[in-house]
Amino acid sequence: MPLLSVLAALALAQAPVNEAPPDPAQGQRLFESQCALCHGQDGRGGRGPSLARPRLKHVPDEAALRSVIRNGIEGGEMPGAWQLSPHEVASVAAYVRSLGTVRAEALPGDPGRGAKVYQARGCGSCHILRGEGTGFGPDLTEVGARRSAAYLRQSLVNPAAAFPEDFLYVEAVTSDGRKIRGIRVNEDSFTIQIKDSNRMFHSLRKDQLRELHKLFHESPMPGYQALASGELDDLVAYLASLRGEP
Amino acid sequence: MRPALLLLCACLAASAQAPYERILNSASQPENWLTYSGNYQGHRFSRLRQLTPENVSRLQVKWVYQFRNPRTEVSPLVVDGVMYLTAPQFAAAVDARTGRNLWTWERPLPADLQTIGFDRTNRGAAILDGTLYVGTLDDHLIALDAKSGAQRWDAQVADYRLGHCITVAPLAIRGKVLIGISGGEAGIRGFVDAYEARTGRRLWRFWTIPGPGQPGHETWRGDDWKTGGGSTWVTGSYDPELNLVFWGVGNPGPDMNGDVRPGDNLYTCSFVALDADTGKLRWHFQFTPHDTHDWDSTHVPVLIDATFAGRPRKLIANANRNGFYYLLDRTSGKFLLGTPYAKQTWAEGLDERGRPRVIPNTEPSEKGTLVWPSLQGGTNWFSPSYSPETGLFYVAVREMGAVYYKREANYKPGTFFPGGGETALSGDRARGAVRALEATTGKRVWEFLLHRPTWAGVMATAGGLVFGGSDEGNFFALDARTGKPLWDFQTGGPITANPVSFLVDGKQCVAIAADRVLLVFGL
Ligand code: HEC
Ligand code: HEC
Repeated sequence: MPLLSVLAALALAQAPVNEAPPDPAQGQRLFESQCALCHGQDGRGGRGPSLARPRLKHVPDEAALRSVIRNGIEGGEMPGAWQLSPHEVASVAAYVRSLGTVRAEALPGDPGRGAKVYQARGCGSCHILRGEGTGFGPDLTEVGARRSAAYLRQSLVNPAAAFPEDFLYVEAVTSDGRKIRGIRVNEDSFTIQIKDSNRMFHSLRKDQLRELHKLFHESPMPGYQALASGELDDLVAYLASLRGEP
Repeated sequence: MRPALLLLCACLAASAQAPYERILNSASQPENWLTYSGNYQGHRFSRLRQLTPENVSRLQVKWVYQFRNPRTEVSPLVVDGVMYLTAPQFAAAVDARTGRNLWTWERPLPADLQTIGFDRTNRGAAILDGTLYVGTLDDHLIALDAKSGAQRWDAQVADYRLGHCITVAPLAIRGKVLIGISGGEAGIRGFVDAYEARTGRRLWRFWTIPGPGQPGHETWRGDDWKTGGGSTWVTGSYDPELNLVFWGVGNPGPDMNGDVRPGDNLYTCSFVALDADTGKLRWHFQFTPHDTHDWDSTHVPVLIDATFAGRPRKLIANANRNGFYYLLDRTSGKFLLGTPYAKQTWAEGLDERGRPRVIPNTEPSEKGTLVWPSLQGGTNWFSPSYSPETGLFYVAVREMGAVYYKREANYKPGTFFPGGGETALSGDRARGAVRALEATTGKRVWEFLLHRPTWAGVMATAGGLVFGGSDEGNFFALDARTGKPLWDFQTGGPITANPVSFLVDGKQCVAIAADRVLLVFGL
């Protein structure tokens, strides 16, 4: 970034005290007309990345967010929105922030008891939470900021109904008849990489497979519909409290 | 060591010259790649036969060139052992045997430049006689001495502050250099320009959006034409016999809100045939009248001489972003046939004049309208290929739908003017393919499926291969007759470029850019 625009970005970040507060509704309108072509109408991505994530690669803080929106990203496809006033930039930034964070909800369960359910049920045998556990399923450290309580409940009761992107369950049958089931960790037109339930990686060439099934309606995660309803509420409340904050 | 060195010196001294006659006869010197598409006909076909279905599995990397920019789109030129590469505000001549720089040229980017709606990219250069021609993001056409990289002249084509940009590779014909413009998402008024190759003097300009008093102007209401779009950001083709230049024209502005620009909006989403001497319009064919899905017709026009309906014809073929494959007569622009080559849900078909029979309620809407193909089209700017040996037209296809939204559109000079947006069906809901169509019928002969929609062009070879690439980094070779995969290589970055082929020391090489590198393969 040229020095001048760094300075401009800094000046922008130090918003004067008497500036009107950002208006997320205006931000949404601006987003839909100026950004949605690339980031999707709902901000979940298209040509540009999904912005519905709590942590953005280029955006360590609010100042950086405003600077990215105003100046774009050097060398990439992300254009600067030079046409927007500082107040409009702040409003779009507020809207972008709202896309990535699920607002904290008032929930019936007790997070403290939920943490114990998490331990007792051995969720850590498949998940990492604040660095502890095993990385088979998604990292849950910030899951409360990414997912609504309704989604969290659904993923416990019926995991196959709400599988997250990047965790597709697949079954491959090799030409010698071996069956491999697991999470698809990567795929291209010629190969697929699978992580099985023993956390083993398998590198497979598609032309050496007899069958390859994408199990859109299955999950390796057991359903926890049999949890006592109090326990389920507690677990959901616990997961919802995991917002990546210390 | 020594003999190689001597040979290289000999080559470089001998020529690196590309007079017009040489480009005209590119078919007789397949050791070189002299224009963006390899010949004036837009074929992206190599007449080299050394690589075949039998030996292609032994291809190996010979050398790698590193760029500073991601998602490189360059299609290199190769002349007598020298390769010419470009990137945004950058050109280089490199030794085609080793990838070592012979010279580089750079131009600073104005601090306030923005690219509105597309990558900062450059798709390649043109060469004529001893001069290399390069476009820049800040809208200059630059002539460089092909031997040293020294600047010969600099012509300003347009004003970047209004959203104009040059990403396209120029087209050099006898005594002239033609260039197009980007900016279709910023409400520009598009054009194709011709400059005198020797001096940089502008010889003519064809406005893609006709002004008052010009034919076609009646397809616009009031002042809408002033922000009508019609960019021209993919290199055209040339028929020396007809002395016609064929060029693809982009979407109307604003992209997704058609209410504010009623009418057919000529010559957006069209091919235009221009007199090479005067830039006068000879004919036009509009693929998508009153487009509202951003389906630019910025494609390489593919010129084919073949028998159609029992007699030899001069044809022009296009697999259009709108999902249909078209065949026209290139002397008159007359529509001959059109048939879908990719999934499309917006037209019941084409009428006898080639106009789409549009299905009601497929326009973008307030609440969103699901339509195939997506805004990026059934294919996009990356090149198709035509093999005169198989008679097949090869095209890299994007099978992807999108929900299109219509929004208010307010024009402010030099800003984004889309009038809506889309949410594409991503992930496992979309895929890609390389398809082979019988050129004279559009009938699908084979397809090779790709994991995801691709941004890579294809190149067929006389040895019976088709090279292509994927967004996941696979560079691969297929059997040109059957589509059977024969070889693949993981480049490690998305391929958003077109392959080329040439000889080094008498041995066939294939080059492809992948993200920040260019790789050269040989046996
Ligand atoms: C022409 C397409 C395009 C438009 C229009 C666009 N973006 Fe982007 N945006 C991108 C791309 C591509 C990236 C990723 C760039 C990279 O990683 O180098 C990006 C990145 C971003 C990022 C950083 C994401 C991260 O992970 O750090 C933010 C924030 C963002 N855009 C916000 C916006 C906003 C707000 C607007 C509208 C004012 C907008 N963008 C308009 C294409 C676009
Ligand atoms: C056998 C391994 C396994 C066990 C045990 C397991 N999970 Fe999962 N979990 C997964 C996998 C794999 C996914 C991703 C695929 C899916 O959702 O179907 C997942 C997804 C989730 C998600 C959704 C995350 C997101 O980002 O969308 C949540 C929440 C979750 N698990 C919580 C739990 C909790 C709480 C427990 C214990 C009660 C548990 N899991 C036990 C494997 C497991």
